[in-house]
Amino acid sequence: MNRRDALSRVALILGGTVIGANAFLEGCKPADKKSSDDSSAKPLFAATDAAYLDEIAETIIPATDTPGAKAAKVGAFMTVMVTDCYPEADQKVFIDGMKKLEEASKKKNNKSFMDSSAEERKALLIDIDKEAKDYMASKKNEDPKHYFRMMKELTLLGYFTSEPGATQALRYVAVPGKYEGCVAYKKGDRAWAS
Amino acid sequence: MPENVYDAIVIGSGISGGWAAKELTEKGLKVIMLERGRNIEHVKDYVNANKNPWEFPHRGGRTQQMVHDYPVLKRDYPLNETNLDYWCSDKENPYTEIKRFDWFRGYHVGGRSLMWGRQSYRLGDWDFEANAKEGVGVDWPVRYKEIAPWYDHVERFAGISGSKEGLPELPDGQFLPPMEMTCVEKDVAARIKEKFGGKRKMIIGRTANITVPFTDQGRQNCQFRNKCWLGCPYGAYFSTQSSTLPAAMKTGNLTLRPWSIVTKILYDKDTKRATGVEVLDAESNKTYTYTAKIIFLNASALNSAWVLMNSATDIWPDGLGSSSGELGHNVMDHHLGVGAGGVVDGYEDKYYFGRRANGIYIPRYRNFFGDKRDYLRGFGYQGGGSRGGYSRSAEEVSLGADLKNALVEPGVWTMGIGGFGETLPYHENRIYIDKNTYGDKMEQFNDPVTGKDLGMRPVPDKNGKQRVDKWGLPVLAMDVEYKENEKKMRKDMLSDAIEMLEAAGVKNVQGREGDGTLGRGIHEMGTARMGHDPKTSVLNKFNQVWDAPNVFVTDGAFMTSAGCVNPSLTYMAFTARAVDHAFSELKKQNL
Repeated sequence: MNRRDALSRVALILGGTVIGANAFLEGCKPADKKSSDDSSAKPLFAATDAAYLDEIAETIIPATDTPGAKAAKVGAFMTVMVTDCYPEADQKVFIDGMKKLEEASKKKNNKSFMDSSAEERKALLIDIDKEAKDYMASKKNEDPKHYFRMMKELTLLGYFTSEPGATQALRYVAVPGKYEGCVAYKKGDRAWAS
Repeated sequence: MPENVYDAIVIGSGISGGWAAKELTEKGLKVIMLERGRNIEHVKDYVNANKNPWEFPHRGGRTQQMVHDYPVLKRDYPLNETNLDYWCSDKENPYTEIKRFDWFRGYHVGGRSLMWGRQSYRLGDWDFEANAKEGVGVDWPVRYKEIAPWYDHVERFAGISGSKEGLPELPDGQFLPPMEMTCVEKDVAARIKEKFGGKRKMIIGRTANITVPFTDQGRQNCQFRNKCWLGCPYGAYFSTQSSTLPAAMKTGNLTLRPWSIVTKILYDKDTKRATGVEVLDAESNKTYTYTAKIIFLNASALNSAWVLMNSATDIWPDGLGSSSGELGHNVMDHHLGVGAGGVVDGYEDKYYFGRRANGIYIPRYRNFFGDKRDYLRGFGYQGGGSRGGYSRSAEEVSLGADLKNALVEPGVWTMGIGGFGETLPYHENRIYIDKNTYGDKMEQFNDPVTGKDLGMRPVPDKNGKQRVDKWGLPVLAMDVEYKENEKKMRKDMLSDAIEMLEAAGVKNVQGREGDGTLGRGIHEMGTARMGHDPKTSVLNKFNQVWDAPNVFVTDGAFMTSAGCVNPSLTYMAFTARAVDHAFSELKKQNL
């Protein structure tokens, strides 16, 4: 489709909530930002955070007959995106969100998220996902997004544009060579990655 | 031939400059093409063209550093990770916004021909006659039958894929086989035709992507990767690099000089002819002079006006071509940002293969065929119908294997369209060289309408200095806005989009009314318009500056009205026609 319509049209369909794309299109305050490849700046994330986020991502998109988010290194991807692309206020929501998620785990399952079983993690994140949906539905326009919404958006973006996600969960054809506008589809066929 | 002496000089290497170079060199003239930015070599320098999505660390998005560094580009989609190097630095190339004006520029060999949207439509006589009939601006000194053969000429070489429709409101051209519509687009097109009694039509977009190989140009047909704006390793879309530059080089008559900022056209008041140009080498900061019998000015509409404003100021204080009082005035663009989209039920058993580098087009129907609105002119729509990808919300599923299984299948079909509206030429919409003075202090600049953060700008200061770019050159000030006619048109653009999609059976149709700031259509036009009369226009009917007939301006600056179709094809056609005229005048020794 036309380049200028690509993101905006999808945003339109979903009422401006293109998962993962919001941070790209929203205007942000200019600031001297830390960058993920700038070693002199104090890092936003601790060394262990990528592994922690990997487990959150894997709970959202688990390995099935195709690799999950952890195999796609989505945890590390999230740290890069939050560090480089998020405005400062959203970075804070995200970082605080990791703490809130840990507290919620202790409250619900009496243990840290990392020590929880896959079932316990899933039950917890389903609760938080519901909380995030309720919050997103009622929040004012200028309010920040819910931290779990951010995590989910980044997980989907990071996973489905990763090599395992695009080539194994979806179908990726680097050079289609032809275009057919109207072909048969049967339930179960995987979507094209772009 | 002595050094720095040529038959012709072409200023700028984008769509129209590339065409000027090709046509001039093929007539046997020795030509130098001057480009203000760096060279980008075809294929070799398309550094991201073969990258997979996962090879971009931010998956194509924008970082806060980029947002900080590009206060203009960040205002719309062009600021992105995948082709950032094709957009010029906002900080090195500042300009003054009396009113908000989004100027998205490419300063390199090929210019915006590398990143353009490629949609290619002809103007028709309703466009060429409209100003005269309605008493707007000045009359075009050209009619369709004069330019039609030149449209044929450039379409055959550039390669435009499209469908012959026989529509009275949108002339057909020399088309390569069209791309196919999706199942949903075909159905929506049929329903629009039926519901509106054939008065509104939806057709496949006409695009400068070749659908058959152009072996003689060494170009392969479109591979349907839809990564055009990274530069195409197959040469499958028209650009200076893929098409006109190799043709010009093949003649042995072209010299290409990157890093060459033309600061002025040199003018001889005795012969009333330009004699050459002055060039500032952007790397060494040294000044050079080149001389030639013919000069083609193709620096893009606003920069071509800037060059003229800096030229022959000893004779005309406001520059070469300013004697009419119209140089830099009548700035036009297409106003965008209004449209609608929705969901199409059914078709779960249909899909598509490949990534089509094209969309659908709904030609203008307003103020045609007896339709009469409370505004002049009209608009077309571009859009498409496709199935949702992983980025759909999948709200009903929370997370885990169920979510994954839902998202690995294509989503529901959606259909969306967005309008491209004609902007009238208003004398008071103008650009000029900013001679005001500013201090070192900067202030936050927010859009007065939307409140959007537009970056920092310097504060005027009587004791300050004139604004200059990285090379110490004066900058443009933009005083441009759309007015009542466009505002009224935008209401129709919105309500018609909703009405048409609903009539076509699209569900949950939502309108969208974004800001239509001029500039963001990236179709700047009108700053040196053509006309019949040197008192009211800058150029004559062959794109010659009235006051210097060996200077031809054939980029968007010449446009007397904007039409509502994407204009680049028109620049190509007028450029080829102007070269033909220049060559015949040269032979007659009239230049």
